[in-house]
Amino acid sequence: MFDLIVTLIPVFPLLAVLANGLNVMLGHRYSHEIAHRLAWGSVLLSFLCSVWVLGQTLGHPEPRTVVAYRWFFGADLTVNLSFLIDPLTCIMLLVVTGVGFLIHVYSVGYMHGEEGFTRFFAYMNLFMVSMLLLVMGSNYVVLFIGWEGVGLCSYLLIGYYYDRVSAAKAATKAFVVNRIGDAGFLLAIFLVFANFGTLEYTEIFARAGQLDSAAAFSIAICLLIGAVGKSAQLPLHTWLPDAMEGPTPVSALIHAATMVTAGVYMVVRNHAIYDLAPDALLIVGVVGGVTALFAATIGLVQTDIKRVLAYSTVSQLGFMFLACGVGAYVAAIFHLVTHAFFKALLFLSAGSVIHALSGEQDIRRMGGLWSKIPKTHGVFLVGTAAIAGFPFLSGWWSKDEILGHAFVHGHYVLWALGATAAFCTAFYMSRLLYVTFYGESRVAHEVEHHIHESPNVMVYPLLVLAFLSVVGGLIGVIPGGLENGWFHQFLQPVVRSAGAGGEAAHEEGHLLVYILMAVTTLIGVAGWFTAHYFYKLKPEQPDLLMNRMKGAYTLILNKYWVDEAYDKAFVEPGKAVGRSFDKADTAGIDRVVVAVEQVTDLSAAGSTWVEKHVIYGGLNVTGYANHLAARVLRRLQSGLVHHYAAILVAGLVVLVNLIVLFLWLGGAS
Amino acid sequence: MILNEVAALQQIGFPILTILTFLPIVGAVVLWLFQEDEDLIRKSALAVAGLELFISVLLMWEFIPNSAQIQFAERAAWIPAIGVGYHLGVDGINVLFIPLTAFLTFLIMVYSWDTERNLLKPYLMALLGLEGTMVGVFASLDLILFFFFWELMLVPSYFLIKLWGTGPNRQYAALKYVLYTLTGSVLMLVGIVLLNLNYHAAALASRTEPLYSFDFIDLLNVPVPPEKQALIFFLMFFGFAFKAPVFPFHTWLPTALVEGPIVMSVILAGVKLGTFGFIRFTIPLLPEASKDWLWLMAGLGLMAIIYGALIALVQTDFRRLLAYSSISHLGFVMLGLFALNFQGLQGSLLQMINLGFSTAGLFFLVGFLYQRTGSAELSAYGGLARHVPLLATFMLVLGLASVGLPGTNGFVGEFLILLGAFRAHWALAAVGVLGVILGAAYFLWYYERAFFGPVTHEPKRPLYDLRPREWGIAVALCVMVLWIGLYPAPFLNMINGSVQALADRVQQGSVMQAVDNYTRPPQARQDAPLPVGKHP
Repeated sequence: MFDLIVTLIPVFPLLAVLANGLNVMLGHRYSHEIAHRLAWGSVLLSFLCSVWVLGQTLGHPEPRTVVAYRWFFGADLTVNLSFLIDPLTCIMLLVVTGVGFLIHVYSVGYMHGEEGFTRFFAYMNLFMVSMLLLVMGSNYVVLFIGWEGVGLCSYLLIGYYYDRVSAAKAATKAFVVNRIGDAGFLLAIFLVFANFGTLEYTEIFARAGQLDSAAAFSIAICLLIGAVGKSAQLPLHTWLPDAMEGPTPVSALIHAATMVTAGVYMVVRNHAIYDLAPDALLIVGVVGGVTALFAATIGLVQTDIKRVLAYSTVSQLGFMFLACGVGAYVAAIFHLVTHAFFKALLFLSAGSVIHALSGEQDIRRMGGLWSKIPKTHGVFLVGTAAIAGFPFLSGWWSKDEILGHAFVHGHYVLWALGATAAFCTAFYMSRLLYVTFYGESRVAHEVEHHIHESPNVMVYPLLVLAFLSVVGGLIGVIPGGLENGWFHQFLQPVVRSAGAGGEAAHEEGHLLVYILMAVTTLIGVAGWFTAHYFYKLKPEQPDLLMNRMKGAYTLILNKYWVDEAYDKAFVEPGKAVGRSFDKADTAGIDRVVVAVEQVTDLSAAGSTWVEKHVIYGGLNVTGYANHLAARVLRRLQSGLVHHYAAILVAGLVVLVNLIVLFLWLGGAS
Repeated sequence: MILNEVAALQQIGFPILTILTFLPIVGAVVLWLFQEDEDLIRKSALAVAGLELFISVLLMWEFIPNSAQIQFAERAAWIPAIGVGYHLGVDGINVLFIPLTAFLTFLIMVYSWDTERNLLKPYLMALLGLEGTMVGVFASLDLILFFFFWELMLVPSYFLIKLWGTGPNRQYAALKYVLYTLTGSVLMLVGIVLLNLNYHAAALASRTEPLYSFDFIDLLNVPVPPEKQALIFFLMFFGFAFKAPVFPFHTWLPTALVEGPIVMSVILAGVKLGTFGFIRFTIPLLPEASKDWLWLMAGLGLMAIIYGALIALVQTDFRRLLAYSSISHLGFVMLGLFALNFQGLQGSLLQMINLGFSTAGLFFLVGFLYQRTGSAELSAYGGLARHVPLLATFMLVLGLASVGLPGTNGFVGEFLILLGAFRAHWALAAVGVLGVILGAAYFLWYYERAFFGPVTHEPKRPLYDLRPREWGIAVALCVMVLWIGLYPAPFLNMINGSVQALADRVQQGSVMQAVDNYTRPPQARQDAPLPVGKHP
């Protein structure tokens, strides 16, 4: 029963993919109605199964493996298609299927009337299948199917509007940049296999202790390369902002709530290895901290509503990596969950804004929308408050826990990076809110008439997500208070590692913790107030500041020219090398082959002679066979063929000669 | 696990491999002699290819999995005086190549149904002849017989490129192809003869019978002294490397693939004869030399991976792109082969089959495009997904398989190859994974420019999407790609036994007879007289 239900979780969306995919390929045999019902229905079923599995796991937190079948094998390697159910998997399952379900429902409204409606849902469900394999896999290879599968779906969905050049380019870029990470991940898998002789998590983590620190370090770094690619951390972050070319629900599901968090999940899953490599862990933290701040600064000046949110996502993922880096694995997952709620909410409500404005995404052409689309405004406000760290909302709890943990464990530099990023976050989110919803309307005239609140099918998911964004943080504190909430208790068996003395630090007293909490809160308020000052009290200030700090402004407006630098450093040189190889290849051919050709003309004449005198002479059996073959060829096309047939026969002539030679040698020995 | 034989008559009751080899050839002769009506010719050719496919599936069906023994063996004397015999048989190494050849030929017949009108009869005869000789190459266990089919195969290949090629330089391409292969095979032949001489010396010394042999099994029994192995290794290497083609002997391939007919591109890209030669003969016969030259061979593989991929990146002609991607893929195969461990060999063997579905499949799809636009140049495309969505979808599926996306067959092959390479030396895999990145880059970049984006060229005639015959071909290929990608167990079971035996053989070496269980012990000849006049 347990095995069956676990297996069904990815199978439901898979069936929907098959049905909808075939429907598209066979020319739309059924309507959009049926297509979307299949799509969200299958995800709902997966969600219900996930809830059931969670119920089972509450009683038995120890990991359980479900083997579907033996995938590939030979000698000492066996790779099963199998699933691992433990508390971490359960949490991820609920996030993926739960948020996924809401976004599917929302999409029914958002994508209404689109030409590629069924195709869209087929891709979305394929994404669900991949993501479920990713979080459920019991070994690295199943994880890797999901890992690359979500990359593929991301590619397909970014390129959903495939006749837009920018979308097509963004799709390719996303896949290729992800592949760089995947290559690192592959090496990590090989390293793991070389060290443990198996790829199953449970066996590996049980024996992780026997790893020497150099091996642990190299595995951890290779895994990190993978995680950095998938979770859009520095230096592989460039694909995520471009990924906003996809439809907005895609940005919400894939590029905010689920896929991009895969890197965080993977690091937490492998914490047993990271714990053995403190240096690697530190690198994780630094990557996270720097990315958090780096992306947050870019977010300060972007003017595309989705791009602000995209950089915000990169930044928030940086927080999660920072958490991993300081050993706060549970906090990382906690933030992953709350982020899934409020970032999905923000993206979907941004989608609702875009929907209302007939596709407008530039915040400079928005403003004063709060009265026109009040429901969207309300939920967007909730989302902003949650991400900015308004007290007692979900983001406040999780972000505070990360920063607190960093500080308490002595990572002051990382704390400072995170705190600064938190300030920027509060600022740019408030800025986004003010510029979009308040002040005077700058909406284009022809768009203004069509502004309308979204249909209920879109609003209800928003309300659910808003509710979760408000209260979602409570799972982290109820019933045991800070760091003893249900969430922590539940995940404890997964992240507990031998020899990690994390608990001792808690004894430093709660006073520090409360002070830190207050500081984080103040930082958030400061960020909000700065935005309030710039965009409400002194609206002329931003332009003045912009002019005064022209250099810095241009730098971050152009995203530090990272894309341009990569183009110059890798893409263009790669193509240039390819071109010069291509030239060499073609030039090489011609010179050599023309020379050989001339020689052949001679040898052709020679072999014709040999053919006449040696083979047709009927010297031996081989010769006779050749004779026959030559006659057959003649009949085929007598005149033209003869010359070339002679060349072909030349090989056999050599054979005959060699055999003769060899017989002679044999006789002489 | 002794490499004994199961005779075909014992196992299935009829000489199945002889039938598989000669059925298409006989079919070609029958076409030639008896038929004039074009429609009937088409149908007969298709029927022969279909029957061949059916028998080859039967071969897989009756094959005993997880076994290293030679099955369906047939032996007959041919030229006993010099030790040439007629010896056919399959084991895990070659069993999958025969159905693959039959499968591709069958699809080619379907493809050619309405696309080839010029000189139809000789065209179909050449295709059938090619099929028969290729099956002969795969099934032969006597090196001269092998060589015979190897050379004979050139005849239909040559005419297919020359007479039915699509490019203006097809004459040149055909000649170049033949010259390369011939040059290589002459060297290979010398290597084969040296193997025989070595056998002969050992046979004389140990008074074993027969005195001369080109038989693979006999040659396996006689270790080649390590100092001679390098010479023979390189002689044979040239034969197989020119054919494969292995970088830097690859330059005939792009020309042949671009100038030749689509069907020949499918064969050249899909039926990996050259690398088959390595795993069938070179590695088992010359394990010490293979190990000595591991770094050179794996290095050539790595260079091919990177070199081919970088050139593919900048191509604007899709067939040229696929040609260079083939070179890159062959680099992977070489890398896995000369990792010389179980996963490397297994992955390479599987990958050779995989490429017969993915790369060869892409050539079919290029053929479909060619039918519609008359060009494989990027400048003629742009936004094709709007016009031909189904074609675009299949192109993506097969392309991702060739890129090695998990869930497709390419992943299983590449994963095993890279794992094998990693276990040989981590650096091999560290460089090899670059090919994984570049592969995605060149394929998707081309796909983006050809299929995505706005429609840049309004076609003169409206482009029609796939028609039923094309549907059938594309679906058949995708089914195989996903089958091997998701559930490769039946195929792995077939090859694993022999791969294990080969890996053991490489590990233990050919010299250590006592522990070598890859071969049966040579039969000592008790009281036969010495050959007259050979000894003082």
